[in-house]
Amino acid sequence: MTINMGPQHPSTHGVLRLELDLDGEVIKNTRPNIGYLHRCFEKYAEKMDDYSKVVPYTDRMDYVSAMNQEHGYVIAVERMLELEVPERVEYIRVILAELQRIASHLLGIGTFGLDLGAFTPFLYCFTEREKILDIFERTSGARLLYNYFAIGGLIKDVHPDFKKDTAEFTKTLRPVIKELNDLLSTNQIFIKRTANIGVLPEKVALNYGASGPVLRGSGVEWDLRKNDPYSIYDRFEFDIPTGMGEVGTIGDCWDRYIVRVREMEQSLRIIEQALDSMPDEGDVTEAVPKRIRPKEGELYARTETPRGELGYYIISDKSASPYRVKARAPSFVHLGLLPAISKGALIADMVAIVGSIDIVLGEVDR
Amino acid sequence: MINFAANTTYTLPILVHAAIPLTIILVYALVAIWGERKIAGFIQDRLGPMNVGGWHGWAQSIADLLKLLQKEDIVPNNASRFLYKFAPFMMFAASYAAFAVIPFSSSYIGSNINIGVFYLLAVTSLLTLSIIMAAWASNNKWSLLGGMRSAAQMVSYEVPTIATVLTVIIVAGSLNLMTITEMQAGNDTLGFLPNWLIFQNPFLIVAFIIFFISILAEAHRVPFDLPESESELVAGYQTEYSGLRWAMFMLAEYADMLLLSLLGSVLFFGGWNSPFGEFMAGPVWGFFWFMLKGLLLVFVMMWIRWTLPRYRVDQLMHICWGILIPLSFINLVLVALWEVIF
Repeated sequence: MTINMGPQHPSTHGVLRLELDLDGEVIKNTRPNIGYLHRCFEKYAEKMDDYSKVVPYTDRMDYVSAMNQEHGYVIAVERMLELEVPERVEYIRVILAELQRIASHLLGIGTFGLDLGAFTPFLYCFTEREKILDIFERTSGARLLYNYFAIGGLIKDVHPDFKKDTAEFTKTLRPVIKELNDLLSTNQIFIKRTANIGVLPEKVALNYGASGPVLRGSGVEWDLRKNDPYSIYDRFEFDIPTGMGEVGTIGDCWDRYIVRVREMEQSLRIIEQALDSMPDEGDVTEAVPKRIRPKEGELYARTETPRGELGYYIISDKSASPYRVKARAPSFVHLGLLPAISKGALIADMVAIVGSIDIVLGEVDR
Repeated sequence: MINFAANTTYTLPILVHAAIPLTIILVYALVAIWGERKIAGFIQDRLGPMNVGGWHGWAQSIADLLKLLQKEDIVPNNASRFLYKFAPFMMFAASYAAFAVIPFSSSYIGSNINIGVFYLLAVTSLLTLSIIMAAWASNNKWSLLGGMRSAAQMVSYEVPTIATVLTVIIVAGSLNLMTITEMQAGNDTLGFLPNWLIFQNPFLIVAFIIFFISILAEAHRVPFDLPESESELVAGYQTEYSGLRWAMFMLAEYADMLLLSLLGSVLFFGGWNSPFGEFMAGPVWGFFWFMLKGLLLVFVMMWIRWTLPRYRVDQLMHICWGILIPLSFINLVLVALWEVIF
């Protein structure tokens, strides 16, 4: 029996369509169909008459971690311009990016639980995410798509209580992570549903070009913040959590899930260190160039988003608009993994696998 | 206080007998749906319905019902029209009919037949049939998967349910629910515990645990809500249904939940007997205690629903055939031995 899972299905995280060949409930073959959310990001980027006008479009790629998307793009353009960014800006960017990482992981974890039928952890996660969005709202004026990072700086300075709010949030999140572990991570039913399911061996992960929590879940210690440091990440102390197969095989759904939970704690560490050493004074817009005309050439800049390696490949022809912007979206790469790891699984496992890969269709289709 | 004559059972007209359980079910369903949302809200750190009707959104389920009544009654193309339209009502009829043998109070039982338990279990088996009917008639693959899951699940879990009910019957020595309740009156020999069956011997506690897990599966509650598991099968057998027919499914599910909880309270917690011996006893208090015990079990079901994730279909079957059925039969034998020895 061939069955269409999506594009209108509660747990395909957007508008993904999976064609499943079934034998009973056992999946024989998976064919992911994408393109339902295609918005011509790359073409739009070429048509913009200014490099900075691409930033709002990057927001819309991975709409649950918009700050990270912007971060990747502005870093790419700044490198092309060989622009020095003020210290304070770097700190604010890192704090916001890590907050966004936590928000994105909270969403990923919550919906993963939801996919497995646990409704309550989802709302606990959303309560916390709400606090981050409140901070973002006071900072940038928007809750989802911020358009806050400017090339060479920020659009405007953070709000006066930013440090206080963020410090308060880091204190409230830790007990919630513990609660989440009690309620979900160590729940026997949850473990039964995720351990040994959708096992992604290290070699397959590397061959397919996986990155982020999906790759780390398979036991590879690879994090661009450490392995190819950008911004000021080399100043902070944090660990890279990897999947260890504690309840099953290395690289199963549970490993990918727990990597996200542990990464939230590491992000909290980074935020706390950054808050301690962040300079209080400084104009965040002083380095923002009036005219952005990079030299002729091309550049690939990669950053670590909550979903993995986000790369921007930009070609400049000396004009005010980029000649080409190619985005290497981690979700797109991870979606390619689906047929490889879902063979022989049940429909219920398919839901768990899609949830544990944590794709965002906005990024897949761009 | 209104005191019904002790033996009104056969003197009341049939329609009144039919109307009393129906009223109880309908009122209960409205309260339970609202209650479930309130409990969910409480567990999830939010308020739940607050606006409709003023005080804590008490009229929310009435508003929902009115909304459902206005919805278009959609029948998919190529659906088997008669079966599709008939299935929800058959499902409700199945759980409603089973209420006939539930002893609501010492002076009211719909039909005091001497094979009450047997009748109840037989009639509720129709639920499976109506779910398969709905699933097959919908002409939808998700519905079909839901229906097949449900058939496997309910048929399997009927075995441990019946085995544990048998355990109780061995102790009670009767299939009549009224008789089973009556023999649980008073206090036990030590004098501080009520004379309920669950306190009779340790095996009945085990039996109750197995029974409760099985009725969770029978009533399609989390962690065994696979037939309609919304994140996997869209809505399972209910996928194509809308409006009133969908409401009938919901009503039947809630009625089934209450029915099995009430059965549990008769079999293990003394039915309409007061927990304080003669204090607060009598037909009206009896009804109060009986519903309270049933609703407590319903509450536990809701509590579990909002806490746990869902099992996978093969794990569900393994729990049934690999754990519950052997355990319940071993338990059955042990209880039989206990009864012979003591």
